[in-house]
Amino acid sequence: MSNDSKEESKKKATKASAKSPANSNSNPPSQENAAPPAETKPAPAKQEVKPSAEPAAAEKKEEPKPAPAAKPAAPPAPPAVAKPPAAAAPPPKKEPEPPAFEKGLAQQITIRFGDVVKVLYIKPRRIKIMTDPGNLVEVATFLRDNMGFDHAESASGTDYPKDNQIEVDYHLGSYSHDDLLAHIMVLATRTNRDDARIPSLINVYKSVEYHERETYEMLGVYFDGHPRNDRFLLPEDWADIPPLRKDFRIKGR
Amino acid sequence: MASLEEKIEETRRLGLQVVKETEEDRLMTLSVGPQHPGSGHFRFTVKVDGDYIVYCDPDPGYVHRGEEKMCEYRNIIQNIPHLERPVIHDSTNVTYSYSLAVEELMGIEVPRRGQFIRAIASELNRQVYTLYWLAIYGIFLGHSTMFMWPAGDRELFIDLLERLTGARVTHAFNIPGGVRNDMPEGFKQKCLEHINYYEKRLKEYEDIFYNNPLFRQRTEGVAPLSKEDAIKLGVTGSVLRASGVPYDIRKVEPYDVYNEIDFKVQYMKTGDSFARSYVPFLDMKESCHIVRRLLDKMPESGEVRTKLQPNPKGPPGESYKRVESGRGALGYHIVSDGTPKPYRVKISVGSFRNMLALPFLLVGQKLADMPAVYWSLNYWPVEADR
Repeated sequence: MSNDSKEESKKKATKASAKSPANSNSNPPSQENAAPPAETKPAPAKQEVKPSAEPAAAEKKEEPKPAPAAKPAAPPAPPAVAKPPAAAAPPPKKEPEPPAFEKGLAQQITIRFGDVVKVLYIKPRRIKIMTDPGNLVEVATFLRDNMGFDHAESASGTDYPKDNQIEVDYHLGSYSHDDLLAHIMVLATRTNRDDARIPSLINVYKSVEYHERETYEMLGVYFDGHPRNDRFLLPEDWADIPPLRKDFRIKGR
Repeated sequence: MASLEEKIEETRRLGLQVVKETEEDRLMTLSVGPQHPGSGHFRFTVKVDGDYIVYCDPDPGYVHRGEEKMCEYRNIIQNIPHLERPVIHDSTNVTYSYSLAVEELMGIEVPRRGQFIRAIASELNRQVYTLYWLAIYGIFLGHSTMFMWPAGDRELFIDLLERLTGARVTHAFNIPGGVRNDMPEGFKQKCLEHINYYEKRLKEYEDIFYNNPLFRQRTEGVAPLSKEDAIKLGVTGSVLRASGVPYDIRKVEPYDVYNEIDFKVQYMKTGDSFARSYVPFLDMKESCHIVRRLLDKMPESGEVRTKLQPNPKGPPGESYKRVESGRGALGYHIVSDGTPKPYRVKISVGSFRNMLALPFLLVGQKLADMPAVYWSLNYWPVEADR
């Protein structure tokens, strides 16, 4: 298992290095200009300073010389051993080459959290990661403090009755980091449908306040720590199940 | 008064949970809306201590129509006419990001001429919305000329859009794959005529409204929103740009042809009600240039639409796309399970996000400043409720 995944990750690394000139050309210019300041920014978390700095160094070296970049890119792979196969599996179908910058971002997360965070997809300017409700606040805090995603654009819940789960997606963006302006980090988590309950991110992102309140009433997900899990858009006398659950049917349909 | 100011400082420092009132019986609770003409279909409760607002609690939902649920029952094309209902004055932009999201999901390419027509229609439509907003803002500050003029000039753009799309307000013009119709004969000429006339009018607006000492007294320095707070609250659009963050989706994440168009992001740094009301005006000015450049660069002929198969369906997956609407970033999160109907559609709208700033800004202001603050947020209740 570990051998396979190592091989795969090596392949991935060599692939990335081979493609990197093309990628760096296709990148929007704003990323190239602004990438260094954000990534060289010292990380507040003490133990993680070294690993999180590594991919940044690797990326920088990639641009002038593609060949030696394979070596610095290899060390960060082992901690992420479990994930790269899963992360790499979907892209070949839709997105043949995930862009280098987004890959770097995703790598930062996998290095920090390893198995705790699954990278679901890496598309141009969109990354989706999945974590358990228990780690949600920690991951969100890391995204805010170490990666620069400073606000939430929305929180949207989706009901999956087949899996008996509800997924809540936070769409996080950044106003203050020039290289992240166009990027959306989708932080997803799933909770049991019968007792839907996840910790609120309100202490990390103030901007989720109303979105979480809406998700509470529309999907019945209780947000622990949110000051007001109550009616918002629906009528005060609403006495039915949350309407965005799949078993709520519109009359006549 | 010193103690009151301290109290306000304290509540501000504490952030959004602003009720820190020890002398409850001094307070009077007022309900603003939903029938109040000043708030649209939106109600919020304020508590006042004398003349000062010490608490504000928004209560939206009076025009909630369950757009997101309705999307799950209709197929991708059928969704378009009802999705533009939340903001009929900005209907092209509302369907724009929906179309972009569906296109990403299905991997559809839009013909180049179609992309230009889309962008032109959305620029014109943003003018329609902003003029409507400006008219209401004017009348609520007691400036009835400012109601009449934008409401009249709005007709210019409505006529243009009627020529282009066939409908005056709700166009259902943007569809996944392009636009419904090609541009009619002589549209370019007519559009340039209107824009030239309109730019002269904008100067008059500036003189009569924005340079009006009464208007400036009522808005300057009222309810400033600092850059840090704006970022923390995650506000968007003109509210954000008024606080010194030059963030415009057309610039930071250009969609369709916007990366070929040269324009400046308009922003101000003071973050008060004046800046919040002036930034949309600057946007309108800039938008005139954008329309001209789009008309210049547009290919003379070509397809405007990629034909889809009947009852189109995409592969399972999800996409999130944004455009810059009149009220800021407007994003659609679409989850597809491979059937013709979307599995889930979440609309992240600017009004809903800017609503969070309302209690934050109103606390500490005089009650009489409430309309100046409320309308400067560029808030559209129907959009927030969806």
